[in-house]
Amino acid sequence: MIYGAISIAGIAKPDLITFLAAALLVVGGAFGVIIFRNPVHSALSLITTMFGIAVLFIEQQAQFLAAVQIIVYAGAIVVLFLFVIMLLGVDRKEAFKAETLKAQRPLALAVGIIALGEVLLLARTTWATGAKSSNAPVGNSYDNVTVIARAVFSTYLLPFEATAVLLVIAVISGVYLAKRVQLGADVERDPGTANLRDNEVIER
Amino acid sequence: MSVPGSWYLILAAILFSMGVIGVLVRRNVIVMFMCIEMMLNAVNLTFVTFARMLNDIGGQVLVFFVLVVAAAEVVVGLGIVVSIFRRRVGATADDLHILKG
Repeated sequence: MIYGAISIAGIAKPDLITFLAAALLVVGGAFGVIIFRNPVHSALSLITTMFGIAVLFIEQQAQFLAAVQIIVYAGAIVVLFLFVIMLLGVDRKEAFKAETLKAQRPLALAVGIIALGEVLLLARTTWATGAKSSNAPVGNSYDNVTVIARAVFSTYLLPFEATAVLLVIAVISGVYLAKRVQLGADVERDPGTANLRDNEVIER
Repeated sequence: MSVPGSWYLILAAILFSMGVIGVLVRRNVIVMFMCIEMMLNAVNLTFVTFARMLNDIGGQVLVFFVLVVAAAEVVVGLGIVVSIFRRRVGATADDLHILKG
């Protein structure tokens, strides 16, 4: 019985404790990302969220995705964030008090709460049939990788190839964008010139 | 009995809303990116939950593709951020008002 009402009765203790701990990690980490003033702390907090999500993946018999989540998100994406933060030296604190846009924070909070309410409202209506799939079962937890591999290399072969192309494009564009721009040597990261001069010609 | 799928969906909705709030509240471009990653993760959790609820591996495969797209997005986005910071010292989205008429 998966479509359960919100009642703790009948849920196995280990499952419940794991879920609650992971949910705490997820929500706490997300809160930290929003709250911390130092971007480095935000990145470390993001790792906490990713880790909690990975635990929830294992809870739901998605072992392969949990491993990928840790390797790709915590191991690659967040490290990339940290690299950029260190490279640019922007790890100074954001001026939190200064509010350049009038009433930005309360409005943002209101929008977020409205979004949450909308999602929960939508979840209450039955817009999905809820019918079980018949052609691609998840399988048990021992052959998760096998089942995913079979799906990726048969049904989803074309999207899989497309992601390969996408990654190549991303690599090329990353190299191109991060290439050093041939500016006049005086403008390059000179703190005094916060604004670009008007008739500055930039060539790659 | 394991934890019902609706709990996971509610958690994912909460995480998504926190991502929305983060993007709207923060002005540091890199932290805004992190909040977008949080939203993507919330959707991933939803996909995996539906894969379990409906017993269909398609949900997990989609998460795989979302991961790839997220990686590509971060690479391009951070490349843009780096190239912006080469020319300006400002660290917030407010400093990027060149396009303002």
